[in-house]
Amino acid sequence: MEISVTINGTSHTHDVEPRTLLVHYIRDVVGLTGTNIGCDTSSCGACTIHVNGESVKSCTVFAVQADGEDLLTIEGLADGDTLHPMQESFRQCHALQCGYCTPGMVMAAVSYLNENPDPSEREVRLGLEGNLCRCTGYHNIVKAVLHCAAGGEQ
Amino acid sequence: MIPAAFDYVRAGSAAEAIATLATHGDEAKLLAGGHSLIPLMRFRLARPAVVVDIGRLEGLSYIRDEGDHVAIGALTRHRDVETSDLVAARAGLLGEVTSHVGDPQVRHRGTIGGAVAHGDPASDIPSALIALGATLMAAGPQGSREISVDDFFSGFLETALADDEMLTEVRIPAADGARWGFEKFNRRAQDWAIVGVSAVVRAAGDVGVGLVNMHSTPVRAAAVESAVAGGASAAEAAEMAAEGCEPTEDLNASVEYRQHLARVLTRRALEAAGL
Repeated sequence: MEISVTINGTSHTHDVEPRTLLVHYIRDVVGLTGTNIGCDTSSCGACTIHVNGESVKSCTVFAVQADGEDLLTIEGLADGDTLHPMQESFRQCHALQCGYCTPGMVMAAVSYLNENPDPSEREVRLGLEGNLCRCTGYHNIVKAVLHCAAGGEQ
Repeated sequence: MIPAAFDYVRAGSAAEAIATLATHGDEAKLLAGGHSLIPLMRFRLARPAVVVDIGRLEGLSYIRDEGDHVAIGALTRHRDVETSDLVAARAGLLGEVTSHVGDPQVRHRGTIGGAVAHGDPASDIPSALIALGATLMAAGPQGSREISVDDFFSGFLETALADDEMLTEVRIPAADGARWGFEKFNRRAQDWAIVGVSAVVRAAGDVGVGLVNMHSTPVRAAAVESAVAGGASAAEAAEMAAEGCEPTEDLNASVEYRQHLARVLTRRALEAAGL
């Protein structure tokens, strides 16, 4: 089936099998490999992207369901060489260890702050409950999200 | 993990979706948000030959005040139920329970109709619908019918919906001023409940209690409700919580442990509801 999606502002049209998962489409067909596949069971959130501005686990969506939608992946977050404030906060707070969960964490965190711009620490932890860090580096991730919510740069 | 191949039909209307179901019988499955069906398909626990995508249907995503009840369209996303002021005011238990489903990403895509039609005993939302005494509206080739939540869940992942029927609306009797409690016990954030309890206290002696993961279906704690109607305290009534339930044993819990959890969590939920 032919689908057309906008990813990071660029439109793409491809013929896909209906069973193609959105994350496989993004990585293998479009070639944007910043979105990672972690668990394949809707648990870990490594594949989190935005669909129409909201965080979604792209391993739990068929590419055909995204036909006509506006997608944002980690590659589309920065403005040229200027990191998105959330990416900059992750950098400043050392909010990554191995980095595998990072694209999904950042995308989930950006979506979460859109919904709740001034969260408490507990709310950040709940807001990121759909994302697992196997390095267990949650402390600095939460710190980074709070740092970003507080305006970033110090 | 890649699902088995299927034919994809994007329904342009509810009538078209129902007609497609009628043609293919139990070979076809409806796809709404996909957050119950796609995980099963990835494991190939479900291998529908035809997937009928109703996710884009207009007019099935709404939350309306209908006076004596709140009407929620089947395609309404968890996120919209969770953040609805109307749900908070008139069916607060459902808003609270919905905020515990999965995680934010899941709640952005998953729908109330999909969660209910999936018929999973481990799902949180059915327990709230049981406690609140919801009615489910189903549309089929012969028109619409109402199904009481007590008649809806018929077996493990099975419901009263016929192969050619589609859930269209969930009706929650208005529970203004009611107090409620929801207790969900799990080992990790975002996990399914090992046991969960939804309780609503509408008036003295009038409570509704629904249980998560205590039976092959979502189930009403009828003995607890009767005990409260007979004047029992929260602690006394909660002792009856596992009565009539046949929970399963799994990696997380034995049968006895689930029964214990049901009693403890029911007491807490009733107490949180002010009993």
